[in-house]
Amino acid sequence: MTDAIPPRYDRVSAVGFLGYAAGVALIVWCLNGAGFSLEKVTTSPPRFADFMSRAWPPNLEPSVLERLGWKMIETLQIAVAGAVIGVILSVPVALLAARGLVAGGWINQVTRTILGFLRAVPDIAWALVFVVAVGLGPFAGMLAIVVDTVGFCGRFFADDMEGTDKGPAESLAATGARKIDVVACATIPAAMPAFISTSLYALEKAVRSSTILGLVGAGGIGIELKVGFDLFDYPTAMTVILMIAVVVIGIEQISGWARNRIIGTER
Amino acid sequence: MRASHSSTTSLVTDLSLKSRPAPKTQVASTGALGVPVAPVDIEASCVSKTFAGTPIFSDVSFRLVRAEAVALVGANGTGKSTLLRCLMGLLPVSDGRVVLLGQDTGTTSHAALRGLRARIGLVSQKHNLVPRLSVLSNVVHGLLGQRPGLRHWSHRFAPEASRLDAMQALEKVGLADLALRRADRLSGGQSQRVAIARAIVGAPEILIADEPCASLDPAAGEDVMDLFFQLARENGVTVVFTSHHIDHALRYGDRVLGLAEGRLRLDATAASLKPADLRGLYD
Repeated sequence: MTDAIPPRYDRVSAVGFLGYAAGVALIVWCLNGAGFSLEKVTTSPPRFADFMSRAWPPNLEPSVLERLGWKMIETLQIAVAGAVIGVILSVPVALLAARGLVAGGWINQVTRTILGFLRAVPDIAWALVFVVAVGLGPFAGMLAIVVDTVGFCGRFFADDMEGTDKGPAESLAATGARKIDVVACATIPAAMPAFISTSLYALEKAVRSSTILGLVGAGGIGIELKVGFDLFDYPTAMTVILMIAVVVIGIEQISGWARNRIIGTER
Repeated sequence: MRASHSSTTSLVTDLSLKSRPAPKTQVASTGALGVPVAPVDIEASCVSKTFAGTPIFSDVSFRLVRAEAVALVGANGTGKSTLLRCLMGLLPVSDGRVVLLGQDTGTTSHAALRGLRARIGLVSQKHNLVPRLSVLSNVVHGLLGQRPGLRHWSHRFAPEASRLDAMQALEKVGLADLALRRADRLSGGQSQRVAIARAIVGAPEILIADEPCASLDPAAGEDVMDLFFQLARENGVTVVFTSHHIDHALRYGDRVLGLAEGRLRLDATAASLKPADLRGLYD
């Protein structure tokens, strides 16, 4: 038995104190750059209430609902097509990005740098690029989703494969199997729960993204949101916002259910 | 399986264990007295291994002849598993050379090395099955070295001959009725039996087992060792296994190699050893 009880907290060193102070200074600097204003925060609720009073009730006219419904279906088509193609393309890209699997170190590094670039550019910027490249419409939006999904899934698929148990792969390598056979038979099956989880998250992300791609003319329901605000038709804009919320939450629920059904509690 | 040894480092003459045809690269030679000498399957000459400047073992030399069963013993961290991987060419040696089935693993091409490994079966302590795949697919994977390609990625696409070979291997380990069960739904003993089926499905000339019963309870461990050596004996296969069970080393091995302090401290026939001789390696 000992009477000595360890201290709850370690004494902060001078360097540590300077580090904390620098962190606080950084946050204050960022808030200043972001135009943070307590005055605006306190005066905004009346303006928000004014918007709500003009937007509520939402526009539920059958003709409007039908038009928005078709636009929402187009949005989902963009998201699903883009996410599926993106996930499929991500597998070979991830094989090149994963260290110690099929490609050498410099190929891993180049591929990871390219994937980093794909992720760094926001999906709305990719949509603008593809509107220029292939014209206005949902195809540009789908291509933007594909690129965004490859950037996201390529990186995470590679990390998932690197993190798998190396034992089965070594046992297959010990049979004289080629690298590609080892990856296909041991590494990918071991990473499959993580692949499925990541893919479903990519689908949720694609649905969220596709709802705003219309703002730049890349198809989907986003254009209706922009027109609603531009024409001060707030009830229709509110309908669009509610439809987006319902669809995104619904997709998240379905995705969660599918994740549990397919992979259970594994990750 | 037991071969006779006249001295601790001698080559073994073996006249009775020829149930398998001699491999192409190995021809049984004749000794000075006209007695056939079993071919050497594995030869390690002054082998050393270093990881990041830290020596694991050094100057290890031995020869294993056809159909010999050799136990490799030693305390944790003495490099038993590393040595096994070096013997298979899965890890390069830092110094010395390994001749596997007549070919120097350090100078042979990657393709030729894969060809050599296709003639070896490996059973690991952790079984190393692919958990989400069926038992049958896991066993079919044991043929990938000899029959590479997409058709052997799953038992569903595999040629009928490969499916039959895999089922026969499962039959030998008594698990044919579990062929379609997922590998992660097996008990530890069943998993290790599947791993043995995967190792023997390609009719290997050498079986390497790295602590095959370390993760099993004593009864399951005994079952697995009995099965493993029964199958090896039936087919005249050369066996190298590591174990912390002194009784296993003496019971199943014809010969015992002992690693201690990074050196090969013991190379003797099992018949000439007592348990106390091996305990010294763990002090």
